[in-house]
Amino acid sequence: MLTTFINLFNFEGIGDYFPDLMRGAAISLQLTFCVMLIALPLGLLLALAKIGRSRILRIMASFYIEVVRGTPCLLQLFYIYFVLPAFGIRFDPFMAGVIGLSINYSAYLAEVYRAGIVAIPHGQVEAAKALGMSRRKMLRLIILPQAIRVVVPPLGNYCISLFKDTSLVSIVTVRELIFTGQIISSTNFQYFTVFTIIGAIYLFFSYPAALFVRYLEKRMAIGARRPVVPIAADAVEGTTKP
Amino acid sequence: MIRLERINKHFGAHHVLKDVSLTVDKAEVVCVIGPSGSGKSTMLRCINNMEEIGSGTITIDGQPVYRYEKDGKLVIDSEKQVEAIRAKVGMVFQSFNLFPHLTVTENITVAPIHVLGRSRGEATDIALGLLEKVGLAMKAQAYPHELSGGQQQRVAIARALAMRPKAILFDEVTSALDPELVGEVLRVMRALADEGMTMVVVTHEMGFARDVSDRVVFMADGKIVESGKPHELFSAPQQERTRDFLRSVLERNREMGAAASQ
Ligand SMILES: Nc1ncnc2c1ncn2[C@@H]1O[C@H](COP(=O)(O)OP(=O)(O)O)[C@@H](O)[C@H]1O
Ligand SMILES: [Mg+2]
Repeated sequence: MLTTFINLFNFEGIGDYFPDLMRGAAISLQLTFCVMLIALPLGLLLALAKIGRSRILRIMASFYIEVVRGTPCLLQLFYIYFVLPAFGIRFDPFMAGVIGLSINYSAYLAEVYRAGIVAIPHGQVEAAKALGMSRRKMLRLIILPQAIRVVVPPLGNYCISLFKDTSLVSIVTVRELIFTGQIISSTNFQYFTVFTIIGAIYLFFSYPAALFVRYLEKRMAIGARRPVVPIAADAVEGTTKP
Repeated sequence: MIRLERINKHFGAHHVLKDVSLTVDKAEVVCVIGPSGSGKSTMLRCINNMEEIGSGTITIDGQPVYRYEKDGKLVIDSEKQVEAIRAKVGMVFQSFNLFPHLTVTENITVAPIHVLGRSRGEATDIALGLLEKVGLAMKAQAYPHELSGGQQQRVAIARALAMRPKAILFDEVTSALDPELVGEVLRVMRALADEGMTMVVVTHEMGFARDVSDRVVFMADGKIVESGKPHELFSAPQQERTRDFLRSVLERNREMGAAASQ
């Protein structure tokens, strides 16, 4: 069984195409980085617009979020890469990929932020107001610092899922991992080997990232900026119950 | 200092405050008692505009505020003006509402720094002085979740005091505390009263109301039913409604006392 499995591997010519795979991986990572750089702040702005007091901004943000989340990411990429040129707006494949994924992820991240913000107990708002804080100061000093703790783990998970979703932009001929794999395997026919290596490369990055997110999740548990010191020891010793 | 004149407030169809009038003088301690749902919190929250009034006039420090008529025209205070009034009138809540991501000291300094524009050094000095006063100097660097309820509430009082308020509103600040922690908070409030702080205290602690307040106000069904000096109101209530309420409180306390001694 194991030998059959191993026999499936054919590493012939791997030296020739492995550098291409590495380049593909680099592009996937670059995409992830660029998209996060745009989608993290854009998502926050959308979330703030959606909970804000301006009715127009609220409606616009909701519209954007609903449209983006209600249509497939692939369709959005097609639109940017194939439809927009008809209106004279042209992007190279990498740019089209960054824009498409940023639009998509900002909408999802907006919901993550929003959920994080509305999860803050109303008493916090009341206390900040009662101290004379303006909405802006309340948001900056009280609400957002607490919301960040709540949203960091889900944001991390979205980051990992984005890394995997960069494979979608192979559809607009960005030479990321999947597209590179298709080119290689269509000439050497070693589908099994090539795509297994690609799978391993994805895992190589996403698994440690997932572990890191899990670690953050534990650390960011609300109210525990530092690990909570177990009170048992000194609570038992030295105190006498009446 | 604080004057409410014929305040009315509705939540939808529900008439929660009915022609409520109340005057609180400078350095006066007024306790507000009454059954739950009678509008005590709402009245308190109208004073710092956490709830908007429907009709009537609120005067603070001799100045009509929030929305009032002047020369026959309706004036509505800007947000900035409302914020400035809130900075002058502190509020302490039943559920403490400390900021969990800030240390005790930061909880106390955040508003003086960012609302009043004090320097960090000055605000920290004031905070440490106040912590001393509420008996929590050793907790300056702790986070709220490391404190007991009583300690958290004392920090919340220090946080309100750090704004150097002209008056403080207390909304059932001991109701969420374990019975053995109530005393430490009431002691701090009693000290404040002795120093001449203007206080409006919604409370179920009849002992505190009797011993500390200058005046007790009894509210029921959105109305101020009766008010007077504590010994008058407690020993010779004029209204049937007040007598019923005091009797029921007395009975409850007796039952609790009986339960505790068993
Ligand atoms: N935000 C609100 N929306 C609707 N009804 C409210 C709101 N706050 C309070 N009420 C109602 O107003 C009445 C008075 O409430 P409250 O002022 O909290 O009473 P108390 O503090 O005396 O217990 C209650 O019947 C309560 O249900
Ligand atoms: Mg209440």
